[in-house]
Amino acid sequence: MKQLIDFFKDHPTLARLIFFGTIGGVVIWSLTTDTSHGHSWVEKHIPAFWSIFGFISCLVLIFFARWFSDSGIRKGDDYYGD
Amino acid sequence: MATDCFFHPSLILIAGALVLPLIRGPFLKPYLFLIPLLTFGQVVYLSFSPGIYGQVSFMEWSLTFGRIDNLSIIFSIIMGLMAIIGTLYGLHVKNCWQHFAAWFYVAGSIGAIYSGDYLSLFLFWEIMAFSSTFLIWFNRKDTDSQAAGFRYLLVHTFGGLLLLMGFVLRYQATGSIEFNLLDYENAQIYTWLIMSGLMLNAAVIPLHSWLPDAYSKATITGSVFMCAFTTKTAVYTLARSCAGFDILIYLGVGMAVIGIIYALLENDIRRLLGWEIISQVGYMVAGVGIGSALAINGAAAHAFAHILYKGLLFMGAGAVIYCTGRSKLSELGGLHTNLPIILVFMVIGGISVSAFPFFSGFVSKSMIIAASFKAHFNSVAFLLTMVSAGTFLVAGLRLPALIFFGEQKSDFTDALPESKIPWNMLLAMTIASLLCFAIGTYYPILYSLLPYQDISYQPYNQYHLSETLQILAFTALAFFLFHKKLTAVAGTYLDIDWLYRKGGTIFQWLAEHPVQWFDTLWGKVYRVVGLYSLMTTAKFWSWFDWHGIDGLIDGSARGVKQFGTVIAKALQRGQIQYTISFTITFVALILLAFIWL
Repeated sequence: MKQLIDFFKDHPTLARLIFFGTIGGVVIWSLTTDTSHGHSWVEKHIPAFWSIFGFISCLVLIFFARWFSDSGIRKGDDYYGD
Repeated sequence: MATDCFFHPSLILIAGALVLPLIRGPFLKPYLFLIPLLTFGQVVYLSFSPGIYGQVSFMEWSLTFGRIDNLSIIFSIIMGLMAIIGTLYGLHVKNCWQHFAAWFYVAGSIGAIYSGDYLSLFLFWEIMAFSSTFLIWFNRKDTDSQAAGFRYLLVHTFGGLLLLMGFVLRYQATGSIEFNLLDYENAQIYTWLIMSGLMLNAAVIPLHSWLPDAYSKATITGSVFMCAFTTKTAVYTLARSCAGFDILIYLGVGMAVIGIIYALLENDIRRLLGWEIISQVGYMVAGVGIGSALAINGAAAHAFAHILYKGLLFMGAGAVIYCTGRSKLSELGGLHTNLPIILVFMVIGGISVSAFPFFSGFVSKSMIIAASFKAHFNSVAFLLTMVSAGTFLVAGLRLPALIFFGEQKSDFTDALPESKIPWNMLLAMTIASLLCFAIGTYYPILYSLLPYQDISYQPYNQYHLSETLQILAFTALAFFLFHKKLTAVAGTYLDIDWLYRKGGTIFQWLAEHPVQWFDTLWGKVYRVVGLYSLMTTAKFWSWFDWHGIDGLIDGSARGVKQFGTVIAKALQRGQIQYTISFTITFVALILLAFIWL
C-alpha cells in the first residue's frame, strides 16, 4: 500500500491522467447506457444526469456546510469545558 | 422444534457475564470468544423455527419473550454476529467489567428484538441504556467521559419515560400491551409518545444529539459496540410499530441531510462517524416511514450492512486512537506510512458506506432509494441520493485524507507502531471487511434474510451501476477541486444538546442577573417602604395596646378593685343589723326586679 501511494506521489501526472481518464470513461459509458429504466423525466432526458447531479450535490453540501460553520455554530474547542 | 426447549439467547450472555469475573488466566480469552459464539448459534438455531415462544403470565398480563418472525430474525442475527466481532475486537481488554457491560448491552438488544409486548420491551430497553452507560464511564482517559455518561443516561431515561408513558396510556385506553403496528390513522397521544420514545434511541432529529456526544467519549471497544446496537434496535422497533408513518420519511431525510453536513465539518473522528450514523440511520427511518415491503426490506438490509461497515469504521478509528492517542483530525494526518493496514480497513469501510459496487452499501442503500421512487417520493429519493454523494465525500474521501494523507500535524514519535496493535483487533477488522465485501458481491446472503421474501430487487443492472459510478466519480472530482474547504478546523460545532449542556449555565446566569437584581430591588423596597411602614404600624399598635387595650383592661380591673374596696368598706362594717338590713334590701330589690321584669 505504502509503495503504491509513494509511486503515485512520485508520478503526479500519471495519477491525474488515471483520475480524469476514469471520470471521462464513466461519463462516456453513461452516455451509452439505456436510461429508459430511469425513475424520473430528468434521468431519461438529460445526458449524464447523475454526473451533473453528483457534482452539484457535492457543491451544495460543501458550501452549505462552510456557510453553516461560519454562521456561528463553530465555537472554541473547549466550549463546554471538556 | 424449539417450542419445548426455547432458550433465550440473551440468557446465555447474561449468565456468561455473571460468571465472567470468576474466569481467570488462560481460560479468559477462549471464554470471551465462546459466549458470543454460543449466543449467535442460538439466534441462528431459533431463526429456523419462527413462532411465538417464551410466553409468561405476570400479574394480569401475558409477556412474550420470544417472538421470532421474519423481521426479528434478520435483526437478531446481525446483533449476534456483531457481538462476536465486537468481543473479538476487545479481547485484549483486561477490565472484565467492560465485557460484562457489553454483553448485558447485547442481551438487552436481542431481548428487545424478541419482545412481543411493551413490558418486556421496556425491561430490555432499560437494560441496554444502563449497561451501555458503563461503556462510556469506563473510559478513564477522557476526563469528560463521566459527565458524558450522565448526559447519555439522563437522555435515555427521558426516552424510556416517554415510552413508558406511551404504553401505559395505551394500556389504559385499549387494555393491551402487545407490541405491534400502531394505528396511524387514529393516532392518539400515546401513539406519539411511544414513537418519540423509540425515536430517541434511533437518534431521530431533534432527539439525536446524544449520539455523537456519547460515542466519542466511550472506550475504544465500547464505541464499537455502541455504534451497532442502540440505533439499529430502535430502527427494528420503529419498523415493528410505526411502519408507514409518513412523518418518519421527512424526519429520516432531515437526519440524513443534517448528519452529513455536521460530518463534513466535524473534527473528532468518532464524532464524525457518529454524525454519519445519524445520516445513515436517516435512510432506515425514511424507509420505515415509506412502509412498503421494498422499503422495509431496504431498512432491514441497510441496518444489517450498516452495522458491519460502521463497526469496521469505528474499529479502524479505535485503532488510530489506540496507536496515536489522538482523536482530533486537526492533530492527525500523514499516517499512511505508520498505519497502512488500518488505512486499507478504513477505506473498505468508507467505500462500503459510500455504496461502491461490490461492497455492502451498494446492495442495501439503493433499495431504500428505489422504494422512494416507487412510492412516488421523488424529492425524498433525490435528497437521499445527494446525501449518498456526501457520504462518499465524508467517509470515503475526507476521513482517510485527513487521517492518512497530507502532512503530519503532530509529532508521532510517541505513537505505537502498527505491529503493536493486538492480533484480535486486526482479526475483527478483517472479518468485518470480508463480510462487507461478501454481502456486496454475493448479495443473496443478505437478501435471503429479508422480511418480505416475495419482493424481488436486482441491484446489479447497467443503469444502477452507471448511476452509482457517475455519482462517485463526480464526488471525487468535487473533492479534488474543493478539498481545502473540508479541512479539519479545531472547534466545537453547536447542536441541540447546547440546550441541556448550557441550560445549567443559563439558569445560573438567570439566577445571578435578573433574579438577583429583582431580589436586591425588592430588598430595598422592603427596607424603605415595608420596614418603615411596619415600624410605624408597630409603634401605633404598641401605643394602642398600652393605652387602649391595657388601659381598658387595667382600668376595668382597677375600677372593680376600687369598687370592691368601697363596697366592702360600706357593707362589711362588722355590725350585724347593717348586714341584715343590706341583705334584705338586696333580696327585695331582686324580687321586685323579677316581678316587674
